[in-house]
Amino acid sequence: MATATSTKQRDGLGASALRPDGIPKVQGRFAFSSDAWADNMLWGATLRSPHPHARIRSIDVSAALAINGVSAVITADDVPGKLTYGLIASDQPVFARDVVRYAGEPVAAVAADHPETARRALAAIKVDYEILAPLVDAESAIDGSFPSIHPDGNVIRRQKIVRGDQSFVGDVVVEGTYEIGMQDQAFLGLEAALALPDDDGSGVELFVATQWLHEDQKQIAACLDLPVDRVRLTLGGVGGAFGGREDISLQVHCCLLALVTKRPIKMQYGREESFYGHIHRHPAKIFMRHHADRDGTLRRVEARVVLDGGAYASTSSAVLINAVTHMQGPYKCEIATVDGYAVRSNNPPCGAMRGFGVVQACFAHESQMDKLADACGLSPVDVRLKNAMQTGDKLITGQVVESVAPVARCIRETAALPMPDPLPENPDPLMIPGGSGLTAQRGNIRRGVGWGVSIKNLMYSEGFDDYATARCRLADGVATLQFATAEVGQGFVVLAQQIARTVLGVDTVLLEPISTAIGSAGSTSASRQTWMSGGAVDGACRRVREELFQRVADANGLDPLRLAIDGTDVVDTMGSLRVPVAQASRGVVFDHTFEHHHRATEELDENGQGNCHVAFAFVAHRAVVDVDPDLGLVKVVQVATAQDVGRVLNPLAAIGQLEGGIAQGLGLAVMEEIVLRDGKMRNPSFTDYLLPTALDAPTVVATMIEEPEPQAPLGAKGIGEPPCISVTPAIAAAIRAATGKELPRVPVRPQDIVFG
Amino acid sequence: MSNEFYRLTVNGIEHEVQDAWAGESLLYVLRERLGLPGTKGACEQGECGSCTVLMDGEAVCSCLVMAATAVEAEITTVEGLSVDGEPTDVQQSFVEAGGVQCGFCTPGLIVAVHHLLDRNPNPGELEIKEAISGNICRCTGYGRIFAAVEQARDQRRAAEAH
Amino acid sequence: MTVINATSLEQALQALRDLPGARIVQGGTDLMVEVNFNRTKVDDVVALRRVNELKRWHVDEDARTIRIGAGVPYAEMERSPLREHVPALAQAARTVGSPQIRAAGSLGGNLGTCSPAGDGLPVLSALDATVHLQSLGGSRDLSVHEFMLGVKKNARRPDEVIVAVTLPLLEGFQGYAKVGTRNAMVISAASACVVHDPRGGSVRVALGAVAPTVVRARNAESWLAAQTNLRDTLTVSANLAREFGQRAAAECSPIDDHRSTASYRRHAVAVLVERLLLRANDHQKETPR
Repeated sequence: MATATSTKQRDGLGASALRPDGIPKVQGRFAFSSDAWADNMLWGATLRSPHPHARIRSIDVSAALAINGVSAVITADDVPGKLTYGLIASDQPVFARDVVRYAGEPVAAVAADHPETARRALAAIKVDYEILAPLVDAESAIDGSFPSIHPDGNVIRRQKIVRGDQSFVGDVVVEGTYEIGMQDQAFLGLEAALALPDDDGSGVELFVATQWLHEDQKQIAACLDLPVDRVRLTLGGVGGAFGGREDISLQVHCCLLALVTKRPIKMQYGREESFYGHIHRHPAKIFMRHHADRDGTLRRVEARVVLDGGAYASTSSAVLINAVTHMQGPYKCEIATVDGYAVRSNNPPCGAMRGFGVVQACFAHESQMDKLADACGLSPVDVRLKNAMQTGDKLITGQVVESVAPVARCIRETAALPMPDPLPENPDPLMIPGGSGLTAQRGNIRRGVGWGVSIKNLMYSEGFDDYATARCRLADGVATLQFATAEVGQGFVVLAQQIARTVLGVDTVLLEPISTAIGSAGSTSASRQTWMSGGAVDGACRRVREELFQRVADANGLDPLRLAIDGTDVVDTMGSLRVPVAQASRGVVFDHTFEHHHRATEELDENGQGNCHVAFAFVAHRAVVDVDPDLGLVKVVQVATAQDVGRVLNPLAAIGQLEGGIAQGLGLAVMEEIVLRDGKMRNPSFTDYLLPTALDAPTVVATMIEEPEPQAPLGAKGIGEPPCISVTPAIAAAIRAATGKELPRVPVRPQDIVFG
Repeated sequence: MSNEFYRLTVNGIEHEVQDAWAGESLLYVLRERLGLPGTKGACEQGECGSCTVLMDGEAVCSCLVMAATAVEAEITTVEGLSVDGEPTDVQQSFVEAGGVQCGFCTPGLIVAVHHLLDRNPNPGELEIKEAISGNICRCTGYGRIFAAVEQARDQRRAAEAH
Repeated sequence: MTVINATSLEQALQALRDLPGARIVQGGTDLMVEVNFNRTKVDDVVALRRVNELKRWHVDEDARTIRIGAGVPYAEMERSPLREHVPALAQAARTVGSPQIRAAGSLGGNLGTCSPAGDGLPVLSALDATVHLQSLGGSRDLSVHEFMLGVKKNARRPDEVIVAVTLPLLEGFQGYAKVGTRNAMVISAASACVVHDPRGGSVRVALGAVAPTVVRARNAESWLAAQTNLRDTLTVSANLAREFGQRAAAECSPIDDHRSTASYRRHAVAVLVERLLLRANDHQKETPR
């Protein structure tokens, strides 16, 4: 029988199989979308509004067209099909026509023979703007004091959650108002695409780095007024995504320029343009009030959640639902009063970023749990253990958590992880806050410890059927997989191979290019691809195996139910037959395509009640932080975590997700924020939008809790988002412990520590 | 535009650059004119290290080198590190230790780590971190990258001992 | 459009004469950012990378000075033996950008750009550096304070090249500290350099990123000199150091911007100066003479 050990030895499920794109990537041979090239290609570039809110009186492109080397200039007038696009509501113009609603909104695009020519062409386009006052304050969007800046109104969505006795007041009441700044995904692989028009203009091929090929395809086709199957997308290598590529950025512009010029068009954003060109994490303001018994038992949560969605709706509606349905955190709570808004403003548009609304909710509920601990005389660990959710408990939406829910175990196992050593007498400057800036010595440093625990939904919600498709072919002992699952760095490409190796007993697993030639895999987001695309690959491979077994069974007069895979052989579990898979599949092609669907979910009713989520994952974080309180500088020393992963399918890839997510959560805690003034970004560059460096990374000690999730096709939960969620409040709590400051806002800045 | 003409020596091979605009960075010329797209650009400001190349033995940001001034220099890109197309020990370690996710920061890091180990065969933890502090990775959180560098360092040390 | 890759100072100066308006580039770490972001139109360029004499430094034992070529990269200043000659410069050099930037960036660049946040400039100021300029017409020496005129404004004439700086070799403590929000690759929100000259009997303080140019806190320096002995040995109490820090901070004029606030910068400068003076005090105990 195939055993777990033999599976690992053969790089099947459970092994730290090496990724197939690893060698090309380390040698610089891996083709990212920015590396795509075609003969006769032109360079595209985008003109963007400098104003957050303005009427467009006129656009004069004549001077740009007159520049030698410029082949085309396009505006809203040139869009052949639908003038707008969007993931949920189609409210975002391909090019602004009468009005611009955010600084950075596309107004026109050019195609030219050299990027420098394109840049000069952009500078030559004359746009006559009538500047309007921008709506930049979320409350003005809610109270109606600012006129609608969009036909769909200034409130994108409002959702309440009302459950239980609304008059209940606890013996202990703690409250606070929390703010979360605008984080950016800041994926390194800048936006880039290559569009190739069909000779007769009846279609277009696009190489692009994105998260969901089919969703892009659908929106592009509508805007170009082409049948969907005439718009063919192939995934160009993706340099990270983290939610920032879910929305259309340059896709329609690139394809349209290609169709207009009848030549290949390459478009690529610089870093500054990238900040303008994609959506960001919603900045949020959250008021919370927790009611508890004197012994710390949580009884009721109240919350008012305001997410600033910026100019266009993107996925704000779904982000809001995630936020409001997670306000109680991973804790039992019977009574809830939540009111949540996702509003429109002339700030930069916001949408998906790893954590998707739960990051904001978690900062609020974990900050509250620490206040509750204080008020009840409990430790931060004990107040959380006391209220920890278990399988069978309910969310404040009334949904029963059927998933494995080892919250108490996450907390205990995190607590059991070793603490870091105390600072030595004469620490190397690089070990303490300020680093080589030599700002401090040991006597200036205080250490603090803080906790955060989180629940996160997996997959899409509210009735959305985000299925995934995969195809498996087996011939002559070699499996070939085909899927449209966007590999953005997370390692699905290696997981897919591992699945095929385990299910089919093959060693060689080839992967077809990732494209729209096969059905949708859904988005690489929501911690869903291991479950959904993994389920699809698993399903396709099982169908192939079924047919393989039938063939072997027929050839040997056996009941196929007796057959199994052992190593690279088909074996009769009740007899002596052993046939190598390569032999059993010689001269035949087995070919199956499978769609994996998760169970159905519901919309929420007007009281926010309903089974709107598919499944949940849990995680605990403990952060140890050194702070120089007089200067407000911080070094995160260690993050300990126990994460509920269901089943570890690839230990090396898994720890990579945990460590990577923790770094992003750390970024939000202490250094990452897009600073806005009057709707304009003040720091759209890596000089001033600070990402954690190797000297900022903490030591990570991690335990992966494996309680296989019965709903999940491979027993494994998604692991991408939880690592970045509760680490942020854990770090904030640690800084509070070291300094005694309240710190209701992240990112925590030096001046917040010094003067707060 | 002008008709700049100059020669660059990259990975041991002399290239002629014709009809170039003088303001082009070495990064741009490597990628768009010399057919060497292995070096990546993610910020154009020297803040991410993705564009790291070796120039006369020093690790520098190629986005900040004016290509027309890089004449008479020995330039090595990630493509030039391998012998006979085989991955170097550092490259192999990165793959084995899980130090590669999306891979965009990887070429710059590989060059920076080669530079580190070639001049300091026995770096400690903090030396490694400082040496790669100019290379931003958004995916890994650096944990597996440290492991990769330590693995390469230890392998070289073991090889030295024999 | 012409690029001159000069191989001698003479050739570079000649090129500057022949190409008026030419931009000078050494490491490129400032200029190329401007070019990449299209803020600067590049016409003619005189590149100094191959002018080897700019990359040399030497100690004049008799004069007790060190002359550092304008093209010496920060990476070299961080290392021995330069590090031992000017420790504060080594400390400042270590904080410049990233290792890649340090391999290319130089004092010539720092002075040429003359940003108030230039990491080497507070050290040059505290040490009363001399800046050596050269043109075909001759050479000029300016104190670093005469050289730095304002935000990105300096006294270099278009036909001049910054060739070197001369710094005194002092025996007392010298230290540099810089504040930024993360632990590597930071643009400073505030920086400070404190130098004790035991023979001269002075303590000098220069502040960076908190005014249009680097500020010498001369009032604080005079005040300190009146409070305690600075010749040969230094005696500083915690209270004295704290007040010294606050007095130095009062001489800067920081701004609010997207990186930080004026009030934080002023506060940070006070803390840095206080701590550096206390280190000067401790330094003596560690290095008996």
